[in-house]
Amino acid sequence: MRSRNQQGVTNSLLAMMSAAVLLSVAVATYFLAAPSMPMALAAEAGVQLPDNWKPFKQISEYGLFADPAAQVPAEGVLPYDLTTPLFSDYSTKYRFVWMPEGEAATYKGEESFVFPVGTLLAKTFGYVDDLRDPSLGQTIIETRILMKSPEGWVVSVYIWNEDQTDAKLKVAGGRRDVTWTHTDGSTKNLSYIIPNVNQCKGCHIVGEAIKPVGPKGMLLNKSYPYHDGAANQLQRWASEGYLTDVPDDAPAVPVWDDPETGTEAERARAYLEVNCAHCHRPEGPANTTGLDLRYGQEDPYAWGVGRTPVAAGRGAGDRLFDIVPGKPDESILLFRLESTEPGIMMPELPRLMVHEEAVELIRAWIEGLEEPA
Amino acid sequence: MQKRWVALCLAAVLVALPASAKTITIEPGDNAQEEVQEALILAEPGDVVALGAGHFDFTVSLSLDVDGVTIRGKGMDKTILSFKNQDAGAEGLIITSDAVVCEDFAVEDSKGDAIKAKGSDGISFLRIRTEWTGGPKETNGAYGLYPVECTDVLIDGCVAIAASDAGIYVGQSENIIVRNSRAEYNVAGIEIENSWGADVYDNVATHNTGGILVFDLPGLPKQGGKDVRVFRNEIINNDTKNFAPEGNIVGGVPTGTGLQIMANRNVEVFDNKIHDNSSINISILSYFSSGRPVKDESYNPHSTKIHIHDNDVKNGGNDPKGIVKTLVVGLVGEKIPDIIWDGIVQEGVDNPEIYIVNNGDADFANIDLGRAMSDPKAARVTRDLAPHKGSLPPLKPIVIEGS
Repeated sequence: MRSRNQQGVTNSLLAMMSAAVLLSVAVATYFLAAPSMPMALAAEAGVQLPDNWKPFKQISEYGLFADPAAQVPAEGVLPYDLTTPLFSDYSTKYRFVWMPEGEAATYKGEESFVFPVGTLLAKTFGYVDDLRDPSLGQTIIETRILMKSPEGWVVSVYIWNEDQTDAKLKVAGGRRDVTWTHTDGSTKNLSYIIPNVNQCKGCHIVGEAIKPVGPKGMLLNKSYPYHDGAANQLQRWASEGYLTDVPDDAPAVPVWDDPETGTEAERARAYLEVNCAHCHRPEGPANTTGLDLRYGQEDPYAWGVGRTPVAAGRGAGDRLFDIVPGKPDESILLFRLESTEPGIMMPELPRLMVHEEAVELIRAWIEGLEEPA
Repeated sequence: MQKRWVALCLAAVLVALPASAKTITIEPGDNAQEEVQEALILAEPGDVVALGAGHFDFTVSLSLDVDGVTIRGKGMDKTILSFKNQDAGAEGLIITSDAVVCEDFAVEDSKGDAIKAKGSDGISFLRIRTEWTGGPKETNGAYGLYPVECTDVLIDGCVAIAASDAGIYVGQSENIIVRNSRAEYNVAGIEIENSWGADVYDNVATHNTGGILVFDLPGLPKQGGKDVRVFRNEIINNDTKNFAPEGNIVGGVPTGTGLQIMANRNVEVFDNKIHDNSSINISILSYFSSGRPVKDESYNPHSTKIHIHDNDVKNGGNDPKGIVKTLVVGLVGEKIPDIIWDGIVQEGVDNPEIYIVNNGDADFANIDLGRAMSDPKAARVTRDLAPHKGSLPPLKPIVIEGS
């Protein structure tokens, strides 16, 4: 049998390899430069989604607001709030959700809903001039957007201009000096922190995936004053076609400062859920501490009773345990809530101030705790 | 004809390869916070963020969440990231991505930890200094280098000074090398905690409260600390008064501790120079020595398979402090032996395999802490090394690719 020419074999192999590489490159390029699916999803509403899921440079391009300064949403954009919100230094927060036509989220009680690709969650932060009378005027500072792409949630932060007409994308965040008249008539000054996109992931993360924190069934299960009348949010989302699988007996986390919605213990745990459990939970950014402050955590050792900290450093003050039942001033948890020092204070971000009213609640709660059996 | 055609195909292949990685250079200046943070956000895998020589001043923590990025300065005494004016955020720098290299810069005076890396697969700190420039103070941040929940951790040629918990710390991680580094004036110089597989070698730990700690703590996602080699280190003169805030477990480390092993399995300690640690040169303990209750049923508080051999150990225990002074002196006398074992053995275990051999003139005591804690008079202290003759198979060296 005649043997093949060696050179000819090498050339053929090389040709086949090159062709294979060229073909894979061509295929990859096609998919990377694919025309934007998002445009198709957004076509029917006024709201627009950006090409290739790359956040717009100006927030006006999304078309989320009919009146940005007053935070009136555009058609199809639904405002919402939570039974107990995250404390953000007494700022005013506006939350909005929009989903593409025909798309809906799937209800979950204790975790964030499963949202469809194309969802926009927006949250605007601002300050009213006088907390005693919000109608006196307000300034909006920034809007954060979570956008659900096929690859997962994309975060972006927009800073509003002085005219309050538009906001610019700013990945590095920033600082803004704000001043307002407080509930007690005093003047407050704050160097407000606008987060950078990494800081978003500092809280909005479970395992390796970015996740919304607010829109969970148990936090949304309340009445909202829509422009056409008050209604339960879970039911409104369902009737707008934004939510499926809402159970009849959906749970609700109480309103932390409304005694009609829960016991002191329930309201304290509600506050800790919303202000702490995004980090202090399994797979959260503080999972390495073992401290689990989720509302549904029933084991007292897990939520801090008799628990020694791992790496609190000087955050422990000179206290020994996270929670000592009956002894708030021996409890590290309260020590950290009362602090404004970086390295000690909890949560680490976003707050710069102490939430005095909540500290009172937590103090009273620990005072009333009994040693577990 | 054939050759040209082949060349064309090869050229097409080369053109199709991704654009090469870039270097983003930033010099110190008024806008450092925004410039450096923006660079860390916009960096792409393979990029280098190059920081120039000088002082960079930051008021908020920096963060990196992009895989495969190198942050490179001009030298640990030349490129200084100062967090003296930090008013928000806990750390100096927090890293949450994989395959990250930090090299040739310093982080000073952060309010919390200097550099934290969480969940990083592949994290290298090369020639990095972390320091609180006011010296040991309770108000200093807790950790200098703080990789936690990481794999393939390489700490090489680093310096850690005045952390109020541990200078160089690795926690809840796997596959770790800490080498050629220096830890001084920290509470714990070098600490390996709740981790699996670590080589700690050719380091100097001096003037800390405790030189090198190998711990396992309960109630954490990762437990069962094991497979640690501590060798060719100089653990000398650890004499800084414990300045950890009281709530911390490290606050219980007696001033003048050389090497402390607590609740770990398979630890090999050899060829170290362990001198002049005024409480105890080497202590082998269970978690019970902390005095804290164990509420975690899945936790093993005992130290077993501990092989201490061929170390140069001397001159320890001359000026005991803390619990060593209050409890151990009553059991063994004013001069504390160089090597102490707390003698606490798990029920049903005949031989915990604590082997102590060939350590020159180093003396030893089993202080029977189990009995001593409830009634020191009932403790059966023994100084006999005969039960501790033996050996264990040498542990395998840790391998980190590219290191």
